Amino acid sequence: MFLGMMLTSYRIEKQNCLVLHLLSLPDILLPCACQVVLSLLLHGLLLRSMGEEEGLHQTPFLDTMFVRGLKRKCFDGEEDIEGTLAGIKAIPSYNLQRQSLLDMSLVKLQLCHMLVEPNLCRSVLIANTVRQIQEEMTQDGTWQMINTQSTGQASLDRLVSTDILCRSSRDQAEGKHVPAYGTFNKDFENDQAQDSSDTMSTASAVQAPRNLQSSVWEMENPQENKGNFQKSLDQIFETLENKSPNSVEDLFSEVDNSYYDLDTMLTGMMSNTKMGHCDSLETFSSSTNTASNSNCKSDLNDLDHIVEILVES
Amino acid sequence: MAVVARAGGDGGGSSSEVQWCFLQVKGAIDEDVAEADIISTVEFNYTGDLLATGDKGGRVVIFQREQETKSRPLSRGEYNVYSTFQSHEPEFDYLKSLEIEEKINKIRWLPQQNAAHFLLSTNDKTIKLWKISERDKRAEGYNLKDEDGRLREPFRVTELRVPTLKPMDLMVEASPRRTFANAHTYHINSISVNSDYATYLSADDLRINLWHLEVTNRSFNIVDIKPANMEELTEVITAAEFHPHHCNVFVYSSSKGTIRLCDMRSAALCDQHSKFFEEPEDPSSRSFFSEIISSISDVKFSHSGRYMMTRDYLSVKVWDINMENRPVETYQVHEYLRSKLCSLYENDCIFDKFECCWNGSDSTIMTGSYNNFFRTFERNMPRDTTLEASRESSKPRAILKPRKVCTTGKRKKDEITVDSLDFNKKILHTAWHPMENIIAVAATNNLYLFQEKVN
Repeated sequence: MFLGMMLTSYRIEKQNCLVLHLLSLPDILLPCACQVVLSLLLHGLLLRSMGEEEGLHQTPFLDTMFVRGLKRKCFDGEEDIEGTLAGIKAIPSYNLQRQSLLDMSLVKLQLCHMLVEPNLCRSVLIANTVRQIQEEMTQDGTWQMINTQSTGQASLDRLVSTDILCRSSRDQAEGKHVPAYGTFNKDFENDQAQDSSDTMSTASAVQAPRNLQSSVWEMENPQENKGNFQKSLDQIFETLENKSPNSVEDLFSEVDNSYYDLDTMLTGMMSNTKMGHCDSLETFSSSTNTASNSNCKSDLNDLDHIVEILVES
Repeated sequence: MAVVARAGGDGGGSSSEVQWCFLQVKGAIDEDVAEADIISTVEFNYTGDLLATGDKGGRVVIFQREQETKSRPLSRGEYNVYSTFQSHEPEFDYLKSLEIEEKINKIRWLPQQNAAHFLLSTNDKTIKLWKISERDKRAEGYNLKDEDGRLREPFRVTELRVPTLKPMDLMVEASPRRTFANAHTYHINSISVNSDYATYLSADDLRINLWHLEVTNRSFNIVDIKPANMEELTEVITAAEFHPHHCNVFVYSSSKGTIRLCDMRSAALCDQHSKFFEEPEDPSSRSFFSEIISSISDVKFSHSGRYMMTRDYLSVKVWDINMENRPVETYQVHEYLRSKLCSLYENDCIFDKFECCWNGSDSTIMTGSYNNFFRTFERNMPRDTTLEASRESSKPRAILKPRKVCTTGKRKKDEITVDSLDFNKKILHTAWHPMENIIAVAATNNLYLFQEKVN
C-alpha cells in the first residue's frame, strides 16, 4: 500500500534543504504517513549534515543546539562539539534546526488518532512549543514570506516543492546562515463531497494546519503574517472545539512509539506491518463513517496515478 | 504518623545505607508483551499488607502479604495473589466516535473500617468503588432450597431446621459498590481520598471534582481552569492530591511546572489558590523544551504533611508547603538526558509521566527512570542510588547492585552509556510500603518487589 509521500532534498549553494511533499491522504493513512514524515524529516536532515548514525545519538547536535537555547551563537556551539562528531560536512544552522523542530511539532499536532481520544496535556505542550518558536521567529524577523502558489483548493497535479533561501546582505556579511526552510506542503483533495459532519470537521481541521503552512509562504508583512499564524493555530483549536466539547484532542493524538522504528520504515516494511493497524482503522471507520471511507478509496487510486507523474529522482 | 519499623536492619542506625535485595517478580517472562498486561498503577494499602496493581487491560490484581508461619519461615514478606478482577471495560463514546480506554489510571485504597477492603479505581472517565471481601464460611441446611440451590417444593418441607455455618475454602470476592460516572469531560489523571474518609477528589486535565463516597449521582466542581475560549488553553492540570491531615486542603500541579494549594473553606470554587508554588526559571538553561520538561507529572504529600514532592521530567523537588518561592530540595534523576531532549521529543519519551513516592518516615524518596532503572534519594545524607529491575538480578534474596550511567566519554566497567539505554523500558510507577522498607516497582508488564536486606 503506497503511502503517497515523497522525500526530496535539494542542495542549493551551500545550503542543504529538506523538503517534504505530503500528498493528499485519506485520514486513515494520516497516522502512518505523518509518523514517517516526522522521522524522515529529522533523519534526512541529519543524514545530510553529519553522516549516518542510528539510535538516540541520531540527533546529538540538534539536542545540543536546542538545549543551549542560544540565538545566533550556533558557531560557538559547533566548535565545542565538532570534535566529538566525525565527518561533519555541513552543520545545520540554529534557524534550520529551529525550523525542523517547528515542522516536527506541527506534524505531531496533526496526528489524528482515530480510535482513542488523544492526550490533551501533550497537545497543549506541543502547541505551546510551536507558539514559542513562532514568537521567536517573528522577533528575529526570520519569518520569511514567498509568493504562495496555491492557497485555494490544492490540486495534486500542482505539487510544488518550495525552497526558500533568503539571505539578506546583512546576514551574509555577518556570516550567518539564514534558514533555508525545510517545511512541508500539505495538499489534499477537497474535491470529494463530504457529507458527514465528522469528515467535514476533520477536513477543515486538517485544512487549518495547511493554512498555517500556507501563511509561511505569503508575501505579507511580518505582523500580518504573525496574525495569520496565530489565527491558523487558533483555527485548529476552534474548529475542533466546534465539533465537540473536547475536540481539541481530535486533532492531537498519542504517538505510537513503534512507528519510529526508522529501519522498518525505510526498508518499506512499514507498509506491511503498519498497514494492519491502518486496515483496522479502515474497517472501523467504514462502520461509522462511510463517507470518509469512500473518500479513502478514491484517494488511493488517484494517489497511485499522481505519484507516477510526480516522482523525481 | 507512620512509624518506621526497620526490618532487622543495622541496629536501628539511620545513617547506614539501605541495601535492597530481590524479593519477588510478578508477571510473564515473555519477550512479547501484550499491551493489556502493561501495569499502569501500583499502590499499597494503609497497612502494607495489600498491594494493588492496575493494568492497561482494565484489570486489578491485588497481592496479599503472607503472614509469618512456622511452617514456612522464609516466605514471610512474600506477596501472593489475593484477588483479580476486571475493573473497567473498554467503552465507546458514540457522540464523539471515540473509544474510552479501560486502562486503570489510578488506584487508591480506603482506610479499612471493617472486615472488607475498599479501593477506588479509575480509568479516563469513570471511577469505581470496589469492595473486596473474604468468604470462608457458608451456610448449610436451608429449609427452602437444596444444597445445590434449587428451590424446594413447600409441601416437601416436613420439618424446620436452623441453617449452620460450615467452613469452606477461602474465597475472595470483589464487587463494585459504587460507580461515579459522567462527571469528567477530559481524561482523569488523579484521584485522592480525603482524610475525612468520606470524600475524595478526582482531577482531569481541566477540572477537579469533589465526591462523597456514598453519592454517585452528584459531584461538586471545585477547580475549573478551562478557558472560555479553548484557543487560549495553555495549561492543564496534571495531578492533584488531598493533604494527609487537613481535610480542607489539597494541591494540584500543572503542565507549566506550578503547584497550587487550595483551601476549600475559602470558597466553593477554588480557582483562587491559597498558595502558589513555582521555582523561578534558570535563564541560562532555557530552551524550547524548558516548558515541556518542567511539566509536573506527579505530586505527593509527605506522610507528615509538611512537605510535598513533585516530579518533572528530569528532577524531583521537595517543597516545604510553607515556602512558595522555591523547593527546599532538588534531586536530579537523569540529568544526562538534558542533552538528548530533542530526540526524546521526537519519540515522545519527553511526555512520559513518571511517578514518585515517599518512604514511611519521609526520609527517602523514590522515582523511576529509563532502562528499568529506578532511583532512591535519601534526604538526610544526601545520598542517591540507582538500581535496576531486571530478570538477571532476580535471584531470591540477591542483593541489588547499584548501577551507574556513564556521562563522560570514558566508560568504566559495569557502567552504561546514555546511548545504550533502552527507552522502551521505563519505570513510571513505584510504591513504597507505608511502614517497612519494601518497594514495588512496575517495569512494563512485570512487578518487582524488593525488600531491605535482612541480616
